[in-house]
Amino acid sequence: MNLPGGPNHRPTDRSIPADRAMTPAIQRLRSLDLQRSVIYFGFLGIFLFFAVTLHDDGFLTSRNLTNIVLQTAPATVMAIGLVFALSAGEIDLSFGSIVAVSALSAAVAMQSYPMFVGVLAGLGAGIAIGCMNGVLVAYLRLPSFLVTLATMGLFAGIARSMTDLRSIPVVHDGFTGFFGSGKLFSIPSLVLWTVAAVIVGHVVYRHTRFGAHVLAVGDNAHAAQVSGIKVSRVRVHVLTLCGATAGLAGLLYAGRLQAAKYTLGESDLMTVIAAVIIGGTALNGGRGSVVGALLGSLLMGMLNNGLILMGLRVSDQMIVRGLIILVAVAVSLRDGNR
Amino acid sequence: MIATSPVLSLTGIHKVFGGVIAIQDFSLDLYAGEIVALVGDNGAGKSTLIKLISGVHRPTAGDIRLDGESVALVDASSARSMGIEVVYQDLALAHEQTVYMNMFLGRELTRKPFGLLDRERMRRESQSLVEELDVRIPSVNSRIRDLSGGQRQGIAIARATHWASKLILLDEPTAALGVAETARVEELVASLKERDLAILLVSHSLDQVFRLSDRICVLRCGEQIGVRRSIETDRNEIVSMITGVHA
Repeated sequence: MNLPGGPNHRPTDRSIPADRAMTPAIQRLRSLDLQRSVIYFGFLGIFLFFAVTLHDDGFLTSRNLTNIVLQTAPATVMAIGLVFALSAGEIDLSFGSIVAVSALSAAVAMQSYPMFVGVLAGLGAGIAIGCMNGVLVAYLRLPSFLVTLATMGLFAGIARSMTDLRSIPVVHDGFTGFFGSGKLFSIPSLVLWTVAAVIVGHVVYRHTRFGAHVLAVGDNAHAAQVSGIKVSRVRVHVLTLCGATAGLAGLLYAGRLQAAKYTLGESDLMTVIAAVIIGGTALNGGRGSVVGALLGSLLMGMLNNGLILMGLRVSDQMIVRGLIILVAVAVSLRDGNR
Repeated sequence: MIATSPVLSLTGIHKVFGGVIAIQDFSLDLYAGEIVALVGDNGAGKSTLIKLISGVHRPTAGDIRLDGESVALVDASSARSMGIEVVYQDLALAHEQTVYMNMFLGRELTRKPFGLLDRERMRRESQSLVEELDVRIPSVNSRIRDLSGGQRQGIAIARATHWASKLILLDEPTAALGVAETARVEELVASLKERDLAILLVSHSLDQVFRLSDRICVLRCGEQIGVRRSIETDRNEIVSMITGVHA
């Protein structure tokens, strides 16, 4: 079809039936998304591997499996926020620092005020920092990678200076129950938080205009703009959402560990980004999955757990985890972008 | 064939960018059911004119009337809400999204009581639209990235048709297409005349302009050289109007 005459070359016969040759079968085959299924197979594969090799070490016990879910709850919540940011073509690197600032804000507030002040302080800190990221990105037109790289360092420093590196105990029973060790109908509260976050995240992502606009902005910002979508506002909203989920994650950490420290969230950056990418969210926007992020996060938790049960040293765990993430990310990106 | 009062009426339009005159004294009436081609060399002011009509720029002076009423097109959304749709050269499609979500991009339908997306209705309406316009795609659930250039162009035009009540601006609709696909898109554009829409077509291909348009408006260096009825003029006259060189 590419004649030397160029794109404006005159068609000599207007009755040529166009596009008929595109068979629907091939089209359907091409649009079949291998990437979305990678996470399911990967999840199942690693689960089965550990189930067999670590059977005698108690991997399959309900206690251990529940533990994995409890430990991954903060990461899962943050992963959901990051799905929105990545889908809109932005990234947040600062959420780890936000976790620490939020947890410390809540813990400090609850030293002298009731629980709800602590919750507001924790969530408020996360929302405020996320909003600041968003405004810098959307209205100063700075790349979110650089903005959040800077705020990551900035708020890591602030978290350290807030309490002079001291750990603040959280002794409020209501708080530690609600965000940590409590149960409702014998279901641990951290499981409920995870389920609630995934359901709300999934519905907003897949079934609201906001979710559709997030995807449109990350897919083709110009198209979104001329279609009347307020692109800057969407960018502020996704980064604020990231901050809010990090704030909630901070509360969950503080609730479970019954203390807040500047180190909280420090090691989550790689885990959460890996969970989201493995879960089928495109690094450059326009495509993603909340359920995939949940599975990605559980998979990362399973890896941590399994490698510990295998008796690997911390240094070896890090090496193996790094390699597995590398393979997983390579596989999920290769299928997605062809 | 042509209605008595114009859908869009431009009178004495001037546009100046920081001392540089981009458009001077441009006047044109567009009627429902006709295709007017806008031709001119690169930099003649075609894009500026498109941007003035779609609300991206505002004229320095002059009057824009829609159905006889003077309107201020302050931004792209206001032009859209008045029934003016643009098919951009880059098509403005979100490639990872489905056909039906692109049809409703920025104007997604929702369902009561929770305001959740009504995907079923968007699919159905998209389906009937692509059938009506005979845009041949595998499915409205296909993602844009899996469609050919001609199919994408068809989707962009179908979307504009769905939302336009008065006017469609087509910016180089076949510039990136092969021969067969160009023919297919031209058929589609020609069929829009029956929908009582006014169509302003920007094209570099004079053959296409003569095949499709009822009238041809020539711009040169921001100046309106003239408007001709397509059946009363010929290639040579239009070329000499575009270039300013008389044969």
